[in-house]
Amino acid sequence: MHGPDAWSGPEGLPHRLARMSSLSRDDVAHLAGLARIELSDAELDRMVGELGVILESVAKVQQAPTDGVAPMSHPMPLTNVTRPDVVRPSLGAGAVLAGAPESEQQRFSVPRILDED
Amino acid sequence: MTTVATDAVMDYDEAMTKFDPVMGLEVHVELHTATKMFCGCPTEFGAEPNSQVCPVCLGLPGALPVVNEKAVESAIRIGLALNCEIAEWCRFARKNYFYPDMPKNFQTSQYDEPIAFEGHLDVELEDGSVYRVEIERAHMEEDTGKSLHIGGATGRIHGADHSLVDYNRAGIPLIEIVTKPMVGAGERAPEVAKAYVSALRDLLRALDVSDVKMEQGSMRCDANVSLRPRVGEPLDEAQLEVPLGTRTETKNVNSLRSVERAVRYEISRHAAILEGGGSILQETRHWHEDTGITTSGRVKSDAEDYRYFPEPDLVPVAPTRETVETLRGTLPEPPGLRRKRLQSDWGYSDLEMRDVVNAGAVELIEETVAVGASAGAAKKWWLGEPSRRANAEGQDIVTYAAGLGLTPAHIAELDGLVAAGRLNDSMARQVLDGVLAGEGTPTAVADARGLELVQDDGALEAAVDKVIEANPDVAAKIRDGKVAAAGALIGQVMKEMKGQADAGKARELILAKLQ
Repeated sequence: MHGPDAWSGPEGLPHRLARMSSLSRDDVAHLAGLARIELSDAELDRMVGELGVILESVAKVQQAPTDGVAPMSHPMPLTNVTRPDVVRPSLGAGAVLAGAPESEQQRFSVPRILDED
Repeated sequence: MTTVATDAVMDYDEAMTKFDPVMGLEVHVELHTATKMFCGCPTEFGAEPNSQVCPVCLGLPGALPVVNEKAVESAIRIGLALNCEIAEWCRFARKNYFYPDMPKNFQTSQYDEPIAFEGHLDVELEDGSVYRVEIERAHMEEDTGKSLHIGGATGRIHGADHSLVDYNRAGIPLIEIVTKPMVGAGERAPEVAKAYVSALRDLLRALDVSDVKMEQGSMRCDANVSLRPRVGEPLDEAQLEVPLGTRTETKNVNSLRSVERAVRYEISRHAAILEGGGSILQETRHWHEDTGITTSGRVKSDAEDYRYFPEPDLVPVAPTRETVETLRGTLPEPPGLRRKRLQSDWGYSDLEMRDVVNAGAVELIEETVAVGASAGAAKKWWLGEPSRRANAEGQDIVTYAAGLGLTPAHIAELDGLVAAGRLNDSMARQVLDGVLAGEGTPTAVADARGLELVQDDGALEAAVDKVIEANPDVAAKIRDGKVAAAGALIGQVMKEMKGQADAGKARELILAKLQ
């Protein structure tokens, strides 16, 4: 079940990064795995340093006095923007698949999905 | 072919002497809105692959999602029907993951601000007792695309060399309904799980928000199961205080029967591991309908790995209290109350009503009565051969009857033929067999098979006289007032008439002659 506080802290920043004072090599490797980016050892080492600098810079935002300021996700004071449940034309399979690197049986063909376990 | 090692399982009854099961059910329901959650693409089931897809579905640059008003209303109505609070203000969130079933690389969902929360659903079990399922939340999200795995022996991910994706389903409005941990069910846990999903299906059907066809995937269930040591009766204070064990989540359990089986299987599997001194790995499990077992899926991601954040392209949903109250006014009669009303209308006993409910035949009988059958006849015919055959096929009776083209109108017609004296019960059963075999309407079957009660009273009277003469002892008994003895004579009269007579009339004649 989802914990209630995982997106508290600076808006949009995952909890873990927000509370991290420094980033470990394992953290970077974990994030790379989630993003499906393959990094060499040398790249990992470099990213630890570079991401560390970015995090430190962003962390300065946390020093701003935000007591009593509600977190904001949307700059416009709008709610309930909806549309009626009325069908509009789709693109058509031809146009949809024109953007696919490969297709087969009128479907997007993607590489074998890696076993997740 | 890969061989999957079969896990050890403990006998269920033994497991129940040692462990206390706790469940949590997550049910995904596709709404049957005309369009998707965030765009105007149609939602029709079974359309040509990728024919109901647009830039919003694909997450193309510049595409802007807009919320479907009807989907929000449906979500609120579902929440209200589940006795939930409705959020005054809530947002959508991006759930980030890399998997080709979503071309956007995230699913638009809700995170810690669900539209509905803190409710309950009272579920009636087969013996008439009631279990209250506490509802944690019901939130809005979108469905994902459908993948076809090519090259694997079984069509599953394992062993596939590439996958083909159809995004028609991506973006269809989905409501996820999550229970709180269901405790205290004890050995009845699998039955409670099934009864809950069944009650939820009835409720959603009554709300007319979804097709709720489990076999088509418009309603899907994930079953979480954990065990904790048993220290007393399921509802004992001490038992309820034992910390929960590690859970597994069995995905895509897609029939009522499977819900019960999968929960039961996981309980037995957990019990064997725990008894052997092992520990449960928190993971998703795949349910295999054919073999009735689960196999290991992926290790469950932590919520923070999904890097949820508020969806910047969608503004918050803030239903006014007036809107909520207006929607509350549109709620149908709750299925439980409706059943009580129907039971009273139909004059069924509690036991008869329970049989009808358990057979899933409430709606069929309601429709059958509506087209002219008596309530008693409607129950007799639906719960007879059609119900027996549906069970044997492992299908619910509604699906089974629809598959064979057997309709409430057929049953009402059959009842009409009996009431009009054209068919007796045993002939009606033969006619029903014919209808089930696809031979046409009851009248057509009766005509084609030449089934018709002999209306010739002379022939019947002759048969009655013959049988009375042949059975002087029985006749004497009846003369002495032992009316029950007439049964033996009626049977023989029917035999004489080769079944083509009205047993009621035969009885009248016998009694008239002997009293």
